[in-house]
Amino acid sequence: MIRKLLLVAFLGLVAAWVAPAQAMTIQRIVSPSGIEAWLVHESATPLVAMAYAFSGGSAQDPAEKAGLANFVSDMLDEGAGNLDSKTFHERLENHAIEMNFRVSRDYFTGSLRALTEHRDEAFGLLHLALASPRFDADAIERVRMQELSNIRRASTSPNEIAGKLWWRTAFPGHPYGPPIEGEADTIQRIAGGDMHDYVRRVFARNALKIAIVGDVDAATAGKLIDKAFASLPAASDLRPVPQVAMQGLGKTLVTKVDVPQAVVDFGSPGLARHDPDFMAGYIVNHILGGGSFSSRLYREVREKRGLAYGVSENLVWLRNTAILLGGTATRADRTGDAIKIIESETKRMAAEGPTAEELAKAKSYLKGAYALGLDTSSKIAAQLVQIQLDDLGIDYIDKREGMIDAVTLDDARRVAKRLFGDGMLVTVAGEPKGVVSTE
Amino acid sequence: MSFLTPSVANNTPMSFSVGTAARLCAALLAWLLAGGLALAQTQGPKVSHFTLDNGLDLVVIPDHRAPIITHMIWYKVGAADEVPGKSGIAHFLEHLMFKGTKKNPAGKFSQVVATIGGQENAFTSQDYTGYYQRVPKQYLKEMMDFEADRMTGLVLTDQVVLPERDVILEERNQRIDNNPRAKLGEQIDAALYLNEPYHKPVIGWRHEMEQLTRNDALAFYRKYYAPNNAIVVVAGDVDPDAVLVDARDTYGKVPKTHEFAPRIRPTEPPPVAARALTLADPRVEQPLLTRSYLVPSFATARAGVSEALEVLAHILGHGANSRLYTALVVGKKSAVAASAWYDSNALDMTSFGVYGVPAPGVALPDLEKQIDEVITAIAADGVTAQELERAKTRLIADAIYAADSQIALARWYGTVLTTGGKIEDVAGWPARIRRVTAQQVQQAAQRWLQKKRSVTGYLVKAPAAAAAAAKPDKRT
Repeated sequence: MIRKLLLVAFLGLVAAWVAPAQAMTIQRIVSPSGIEAWLVHESATPLVAMAYAFSGGSAQDPAEKAGLANFVSDMLDEGAGNLDSKTFHERLENHAIEMNFRVSRDYFTGSLRALTEHRDEAFGLLHLALASPRFDADAIERVRMQELSNIRRASTSPNEIAGKLWWRTAFPGHPYGPPIEGEADTIQRIAGGDMHDYVRRVFARNALKIAIVGDVDAATAGKLIDKAFASLPAASDLRPVPQVAMQGLGKTLVTKVDVPQAVVDFGSPGLARHDPDFMAGYIVNHILGGGSFSSRLYREVREKRGLAYGVSENLVWLRNTAILLGGTATRADRTGDAIKIIESETKRMAAEGPTAEELAKAKSYLKGAYALGLDTSSKIAAQLVQIQLDDLGIDYIDKREGMIDAVTLDDARRVAKRLFGDGMLVTVAGEPKGVVSTE
Repeated sequence: MSFLTPSVANNTPMSFSVGTAARLCAALLAWLLAGGLALAQTQGPKVSHFTLDNGLDLVVIPDHRAPIITHMIWYKVGAADEVPGKSGIAHFLEHLMFKGTKKNPAGKFSQVVATIGGQENAFTSQDYTGYYQRVPKQYLKEMMDFEADRMTGLVLTDQVVLPERDVILEERNQRIDNNPRAKLGEQIDAALYLNEPYHKPVIGWRHEMEQLTRNDALAFYRKYYAPNNAIVVVAGDVDPDAVLVDARDTYGKVPKTHEFAPRIRPTEPPPVAARALTLADPRVEQPLLTRSYLVPSFATARAGVSEALEVLAHILGHGANSRLYTALVVGKKSAVAASAWYDSNALDMTSFGVYGVPAPGVALPDLEKQIDEVITAIAADGVTAQELERAKTRLIADAIYAADSQIALARWYGTVLTTGGKIEDVAGWPARIRRVTAQQVQQAAQRWLQKKRSVTGYLVKAPAAAAAAAKPDKRT
């Protein structure tokens, strides 16, 4: 329903995660039943925000039932314990409680937000949702119809087509390959028993990371955590997911879609989060294609040539692989030009690395930007969970600036060669000119 | 509500959907005034308002949680102020504002923002154009200095204008032409607003965008970018008096060159005919229908009407407890999605929308009939006390949640002040929402959700052969 507002997403903004140490104190707390969480006690606004994650995302889906974890995430507010779907939704809204669930390839994540006065109710409802979801047949069929509708819609969307093709080609036969949402045929096979099985295997205390931000002290937070999570099983029962290297380097694959603008995804191997070169890679990727108006790709593709509204590239690290993944959308008759420029800029970065000035500016940006990325309680909570999942330590925020400063120009050049020297896998959806498919 | 995507390091393009903006509005508004409830501990933000000698308005919203600030400048001009034939020029100029001045050549402003780790962006609507930076607080005056400089100092050459025109054409492709739903929305607005300039898309019609020039941009710029047509909003860890001093040192030096007349635009005649259209596109695998009614905005409504529409939209179509969802998605199972929305922030008459996605095997006319039955039931029988209370609770809580976001607050003030509202108007909002009665909600449904006030759009699949020629055509 886009009408009045047109936001110029000049690409942008974002991300570096860390908050200013002076503005935020992170406590490690342990609940009476022994569950650990990180807490930021901030009472300026009368609300509590929590984020949490269980290990075990869509990579746990059986291949023939791809989309199972995501299906579960859509079902958890559809009735639990003695509350049917209608009653559960009314209880949430009567207390203005926000309860969301989301699935990535590695994790099942959740967020909860409530006014201080309704926090007990919120954590109580979350307990029901996680510990005793009903998965009633009529709710399953209703949600299944919604998911199939979304999949139908996505089936002709150039963004979805290019993205799915990229992941399938990069990870054939691996649980990272299929879309998180599944496919029409796999969604059809999922039954309530599969959902109960997923919940039993994944929702466990030893696979859980939690962060709470807001108007709550440590003792109360501990009680709330126990209310939501203490009754879960002690240990999860996850299927092993093999380590995997991305495939398809050097390939360019085109899917014809009748749209005026071609969507392009491009990617290559990345860096594991604990790789000693990670921070150097993070910085050089920022210089090539990261999130400000001054990246090389932004300048060459958008500013100088007007080939696209946006272009960017990100480091993506999963538990069992790591990639660099970028994207753009460009007019059909110049798609070949845009891809050539992206490839030549990538090669140039591999060969020459960044300049000293670029490195200095990128460091300055990445150090300064962190506070801005954490501007709401929910975002802070989510990031504190991510730091825990990445096992970076509770003092990561304090250490981060030093890690950035420690990257030398030699490091940056060496890592640029390592990161950008192998070519890329390119997928295109549209009617591109000047693009030769390798198949 | 979005959750940060785990494991993706950076670079999520920023976006606000209109739905979000509308919700936020209600929310922020509510919060602003919910002093007692929302911010008992802190008394809420004490908002300051100043007007400089050159006519520039300055609003300061304290938020001391972190040593950062949000600095925004809002110009009281948008796409609805464009002259016929130049659609898209307001938004094109917004892009060109990043091309530099004599004092600060192209790229310098953005480089400074990037180097200090700041964020920046800009946005254009029918009624306003805004620019903002989020930076550590010690850089506020420097941001003001840059922004004051480009208020009148913009330098444009064809060398930068022409590639940027290609960029906005790609933006149009990305937002509209690649997306059948967005194309349908554009057609509905074009049919809904018979006389108001809201009938043109903010981004512009492609054939007109292709012809926009450097001179068009400069003419628009000189006409509308001036201190007495601007509102600066600063939110963050600041002292209002110090902000005022900085504003006088920077913005205060920009001379006022001409006066601005009240923003009076062509207005809508009373609607007399229900309109319907169908957009057929070969890529549509999931048909849907959406309808917009012409209704009053906060600025054009009589007292209480906009608030009643806000509550009506919530009860009718917000979330799993709403009338549309429970009747069609849960009850009849004829739809997989159904919702409603209301956009109160507009200088002129605005729209109230309903939306439905049919279940497999359900024809759009049948779904439309069922949506009509739900609306008719509210008009005939009203809403329950429980529904009314739930909607109010939720609207007021949204407001408290919004108080958690500095940029959302700054944005809300700017939106109100550029769409016909005053700070004082804002102050009464939560109390007015609380006063909305079941009878007012019922009357709003009776009075404003009449089919003759509406345009209904169907999105359907066209045969592939018709792809190249896929254009919307009117149904009667």
